[in-house]
Amino acid sequence: MHSVLQALGVHAQHIELVWHTMLWVCGFMYLLVIAFLIHAIWRRRGDSDAEAPRRMSVALAGWIGLMVLGLFGLTLTSFLTDRALVHAASEPQVTLKITGYQWWWEIEYTNPDPSRQVRTANEIHLPVGAQVLAELGSNDVIHSLWVPSLNGKRDLIPGRPTEISLQPLRIGRYRGQCAEFCGLQHAKMALEVVVESQQDYDAWYERQLAAAPPASEARAARGQQVFFNTACNLCHAIAGTDAAATVGPDLSHVASRRMLAAGALPNDPEHLRRWLQNPQREKPGNHMPIVSLGRDDLDALIAYLGTLQ
Amino acid sequence: MTLLVVVALSACHRENRYFEAPPGTDVAPTQVAMSSLVAGQSSAQFREQQRKEYEENAYHLSEGKRLFTSFNCTGCHAHGGGGSGPALMDDRWIYGGEIDQIYLTIVQGRPNGMPAFGGKIPPQQIWQLAAYVRSLGGHGPKAARPSRDDHIQIPAEQGRRDEELNTAPAQTD
Repeated sequence: MHSVLQALGVHAQHIELVWHTMLWVCGFMYLLVIAFLIHAIWRRRGDSDAEAPRRMSVALAGWIGLMVLGLFGLTLTSFLTDRALVHAASEPQVTLKITGYQWWWEIEYTNPDPSRQVRTANEIHLPVGAQVLAELGSNDVIHSLWVPSLNGKRDLIPGRPTEISLQPLRIGRYRGQCAEFCGLQHAKMALEVVVESQQDYDAWYERQLAAAPPASEARAARGQQVFFNTACNLCHAIAGTDAAATVGPDLSHVASRRMLAAGALPNDPEHLRRWLQNPQREKPGNHMPIVSLGRDDLDALIAYLGTLQ
Repeated sequence: MTLLVVVALSACHRENRYFEAPPGTDVAPTQVAMSSLVAGQSSAQFREQQRKEYEENAYHLSEGKRLFTSFNCTGCHAHGGGGSGPALMDDRWIYGGEIDQIYLTIVQGRPNGMPAFGGKIPPQQIWQLAAYVRSLGGHGPKAARPSRDDHIQIPAEQGRRDEELNTAPAQTD
């Protein structure tokens, strides 16, 4: 599902074209060189005749012509592709701000109307066919965003905003990965791009805008208390409650996401329990501390987080 | 020559990073005296153990530095220079400047503004914060300490203004 040779975005298709041009031009030239080499090995001394010098000049002229043509073709393809990739979407339908953290991604859907802004983590939803412009930044060290099926890599550099355009062409889930070594858990810094129909995307966006429902069920209510009375709300935010910290991922709709901890674990109660019990065992070195909770408190907290759809 | 290289290599020591605190190092101190004016005594052995574990470890110190900003300690103490809260990089400590004393100050809070973070911050992170706070004042091995932030320095014109204020005759009205 994530291969450079399976281009499912406009930009990735440009890159794929360069790849194929390179492969066939260089492959053809390589085969020619090998053919000449074999001919040179087989040729016997004394084979030459009066015509030999003329044949030699024809071969050389042809060789030089092929090289000029091949190199010119490669340069032109590379130039045109570069131009197409750099050309950012002039009127993007979706604008994002993606911030790299050690070791997760913060995703903000920017909107001139502040009440229509969405903040989430590690999962990007996009409508199929839409032009997307993402501003990239970093909170700590240099990261690099790479969704191979949609576009090439682009670095996220602290203090220096960069941009990347995306235009997915087919509905599906695409895996992205940090492509610049950024510390201990670089390998477990993944994200998922969910490309869906415009209706599904709009529905998802409206759900993300909604505040968390009040914890009505008894166990969830206790879980909410655990969330606010222990360390959780010092780093995490939940829309519609007092929790508004921006140190860790936004948990307003954590249960709607497919993965936990930047693609490290599937998001189900069993893995959530393991993660909450000891995040350092699941992803050593990450910045989530071990918070010792009693069994009942942990059950309640998992129940509460499960209500955050 | 070979012997020299072997000896030199064997002298290299890679610092350990403990993501899960070794037993007994992420607990609250049981006995802490805030100053010699208050009755009670601190466990010197425990203090020494915590200093060794946290103050001499570059990872813990840099984590403490990160948390110091994350938890908005900077809001009152700036980057150690102080603001509405006291400076942390000097050697005057109202409630004690030892690592276990700072731990309790963070956990219990102190009069005139310091909130209590007990139960909010996990113990290991409090120890990391306490170790970092001590490193601001130059305690602990220099090799382990994170570098100072650039913005700890006052901009030049601000510094001049402060100087003028300090040297101006005291106003009496």
